Amino acid sequence: MSRAFLALLLRDLRLAARLGGGGGMAVFFFLVVIAIVPLGVGPDRPLLASLAPGMLWVALLLAALLTLDRLFQADYEDGSLDLLSTGPLPLELVAVAKALAHWIVTGLPLVVSAPLLGVLLNLPSAAALPLTLAMLIGTPALSFLGSVGAALTVGIRRGGLLASLLVLPFYIPVLIFGVGAAAAASGGFEGEAGRQAFLLLGAVTLASFAVGPLAAAAALRANLR
Amino acid sequence: MTDFLNMGGYAAFVWPAYGLTAAVIAGLVWQSIADYRAQTALAEKLEQLSGGRVRRAASSERDGEVQ
Amino acid sequence: MAGMSSLSAAQRFHAYANPARFMALSSRLVAPLGMLSALVIAAGLWFALVASPPDYQQGETVRIMYVHVPSAWLAMFGYSVMAVASAVALIFRHPLADVAAKSAAPIGAAFTFLALVTGSLWGRPMWGTWWEWGDARLVSMLILLFLYLGYMALWATIEEPVRAARAAAVLALVGSINLPVIRYSVDWWNTLHQPASVFRMDGPTIASSMLLPLGLMALGFTVLFVTLLLVRMRAEIMRRRVRNLRLARAASGAGA
Repeated sequence: MSRAFLALLLRDLRLAARLGGGGGMAVFFFLVVIAIVPLGVGPDRPLLASLAPGMLWVALLLAALLTLDRLFQADYEDGSLDLLSTGPLPLELVAVAKALAHWIVTGLPLVVSAPLLGVLLNLPSAAALPLTLAMLIGTPALSFLGSVGAALTVGIRRGGLLASLLVLPFYIPVLIFGVGAAAAASGGFEGEAGRQAFLLLGAVTLASFAVGPLAAAAALRANLR
Repeated sequence: MTDFLNMGGYAAFVWPAYGLTAAVIAGLVWQSIADYRAQTALAEKLEQLSGGRVRRAASSERDGEVQ
Repeated sequence: MAGMSSLSAAQRFHAYANPARFMALSSRLVAPLGMLSALVIAAGLWFALVASPPDYQQGETVRIMYVHVPSAWLAMFGYSVMAVASAVALIFRHPLADVAAKSAAPIGAAFTFLALVTGSLWGRPMWGTWWEWGDARLVSMLILLFLYLGYMALWATIEEPVRAARAAAVLALVGSINLPVIRYSVDWWNTLHQPASVFRMDGPTIASSMLLPLGLMALGFTVLFVTLLLVRMRAEIMRRRVRNLRLARAASGAGA
């Protein structure tokens, strides 16, 4: 079973590497959104610095949402999802492999690029490390919660928009604790709140590992019949 | 009476709150009943159009969905 | 179709006997329940608008509470009904459960909207602003509205009822797990930002003269919710009958 799991994960990673798209496009979108912010709010450096953690998180959420529709849709269209659902691997683990691959392909590149894009927003250098760390802890939750939205809308024409609408409210705790962790660690709030935010962010991510695959598998079963 | 309508100077907030609540509830009630009537009328029309034979077909079709 | 087993016969029994019984029962319940809710709300309105004194702090604006709080209560009650019905639909495959969940959503969404707007109308004279991010309840209500709208959008997009019911039930359950987490995170966010002076909706202790109108309105609204739920469930059952009849006509070639 673990071999089937690994095989599926590697297959998804290979496909992503061969086709490109997904991750690179998300990072590009991330860059464009962050570049647009100063054009909207003005070049005031202190203002940008205070907005930076929140804007980076919001833009990262949007970039992660954009790639959700490919999570199951391609496999649904070419029929491999049907094969997977009758294969040796439980659908829950299929969902785990898919979400994990999605995180490696899109989540990780977004996290790595976030501190670099922070330069554009005058992100205080003391905040760069805590922000990246918070994103590293928080982004897996985006992929695992996102897999639920992707599974619910699989097979729906133009389901990507609907998936975003369904998933965005679920991302709110990640956003709040993520921004809290970054802002607190850089001295915006007392140290206690920062530690708390990291712990809560971790808890949300762990909970998404439990809930996400179960719900995604149930949604896939509903949509595959 | 004018005192009552005036609501201690807060008429502009109290009455819209009640008015909007009444309007939304009325709309909800109206829409629910209208939908029920429309669907019932449709169902009756379709049943008359095709007699009893279709009802059996409809039930087996439904089983087909459940699988 | 050749392999139809006793299971599908049981399903057929399940699917038809139960809604039929529900239709018979509910048709007798709707009118009395509707009357009851109208009476209780009328009594509640009398006490809310006429026979109760203004609050010593908030003056007459406190009267907005008598529609705001019952709306907020139904907003949450509606989601609970939806979540429980969805769980029953997923676990027991009860044929009425997904009808109930689907029918509860628009009612809950309407009252969530009312809670938001009346809260805003109450907040304007109290906070001096139409919208206060510092009030965690108002923010949670807004997110609850998003969850309702997403749920309804999912129902609306998937054409086949059985498939839509399953998917929507999964969404409702994930939402019910998420709601407390979202609420907690919004509260946490609030304490972090410590707004200068926040008017708490529960700030002034509720005087006993307010309990009667509040209780009556809440009761009247709840009975109204149940009545509307029954009517909408009846409409939904008829809608599925219409759909099956149409499909059957198309299959037998009569409709072509």
